[in-house]
Amino acid sequence: MDTKRCGLQSLTFPSRPCILTSASISGPIEGQGPLGTHFDMVLDDDLWGEDTWEHAERKMYERAVRIACDKCDVLPENLGCLLGGDLLNQLISANFAARALKSPYLGLYGACSTMAESLLVGSVLVDGEYAKNVACCACSHFSTAERQYRFPLELGGQTTPSAQHTVTGAGCCILSANDCKNTSLPQTYKHLHTAGATIGKVKDMGITDANNMGAAMAPAAADTLTQLLTDFNEDISAFDLIITGDLGSFGTDLFRELMREANINVDDVHVDCGNMIYFERQKMDCGGSGCGCSAITLSGYLLKRMEAGDFKRAIFMATGALLSPDTTLQGDSIPSIAHAVIIERSE
Amino acid sequence: MSSFTDYLLAFLIGGALCVIGQLLLSLTRLTAARILVIFVTAGVILTAVGLYGPLVEVGKAGATVPLTGFGYSLCKGAFEGVDKDGLLGAFTGGIKATAGGVTAAIVFGYLVSVIFTPKTKK
Repeated sequence: MDTKRCGLQSLTFPSRPCILTSASISGPIEGQGPLGTHFDMVLDDDLWGEDTWEHAERKMYERAVRIACDKCDVLPENLGCLLGGDLLNQLISANFAARALKSPYLGLYGACSTMAESLLVGSVLVDGEYAKNVACCACSHFSTAERQYRFPLELGGQTTPSAQHTVTGAGCCILSANDCKNTSLPQTYKHLHTAGATIGKVKDMGITDANNMGAAMAPAAADTLTQLLTDFNEDISAFDLIITGDLGSFGTDLFRELMREANINVDDVHVDCGNMIYFERQKMDCGGSGCGCSAITLSGYLLKRMEAGDFKRAIFMATGALLSPDTTLQGDSIPSIAHAVIIERSE
Repeated sequence: MSSFTDYLLAFLIGGALCVIGQLLLSLTRLTAARILVIFVTAGVILTAVGLYGPLVEVGKAGATVPLTGFGYSLCKGAFEGVDKDGLLGAFTGGIKATAGGVTAAIVFGYLVSVIFTPKTKK
């Protein structure tokens, strides 16, 4: 017992599930951002020919899974499991997409941490030999998130300067028990594996401002990263990339400061997907957010950089603010969580 | 010349009321809905204590068009209702006085929502 458990909150994956391939779809604004050329698809219009943004969002989810499955020549219905979720009540985007995809499916809600949570659970399923291929997918849509969490766009309200912009996009990764080096498929990764993960704990520092979620989530990220290093008995220098999901510019500063207080300096290796997704001139206040943010930045860009050999050992740690519109209205503070997955590049 | 000063005063007073709203939006965490209620209620109270009436005389549309002006109409209507119908007028007068604005908001809101579809800001 406990052979694959490591420390208090961490897991090892001795079989090293491989990240076989990834797919990403972004909205028009993200397409004009610095990573725009890396996505498999950039939508011209975020309604994507549908009647509502909710329909467009689930279409993105479904398409991202289909593109990823095509790349590794697996039919969606033959997946061992489809994992993931989105930001909407009752996970409607993921649930309705799973209806069309016909794969065995587990919906996961981790707010913006969903991509890391999916990769974590997916790695467990693959490493535990419960599934051969697992699709991990997360998506978000600016206009549906505004409707649910803030105000419907019809109202034409203003955003506050600390607010982040929900990314329109869907990202999907396929985890596989296959030896990825032996595949002849052109669009698959040959070197990427998940080696371990740390399950986050819910942290709440009493922040009640739903427009300042980066600050609410930074302590969760700092806690999970510190725990990961303790559990695996590793030094931060053993990693050349620490990826956080959507802390944004405020949250990034706070996260780095919290890490410095713990005598861990992450400044040189830390990147935040929320800070990467838009150009400064796009004036997106504090950067991007939403579970699509880390999902498309990882699937569309960072995994490709790792496959190319630019990074050898990364921690992908997406953070989630576990609030609901009702808890905000009732004045509750924002509980946050961060899950981390260690992604390694093998030669 | 007097019409020019009318415009100028309307602009200044209407603008000043909107600046207060913008400051509340930018500097506090009040939601737009709360600011709306605060403005209407403030208009009612300021009218009741006799401060808003003079502002309307000076600023004209500058004082009646912003949300506080809606509170002003409600309050003034209630006073007039009491004068005409007694205590019952306090309940009916405000709504009567603002019926035009409320109906216009519903009609034009309806028309706009039929004609246009909201889009995500580019």
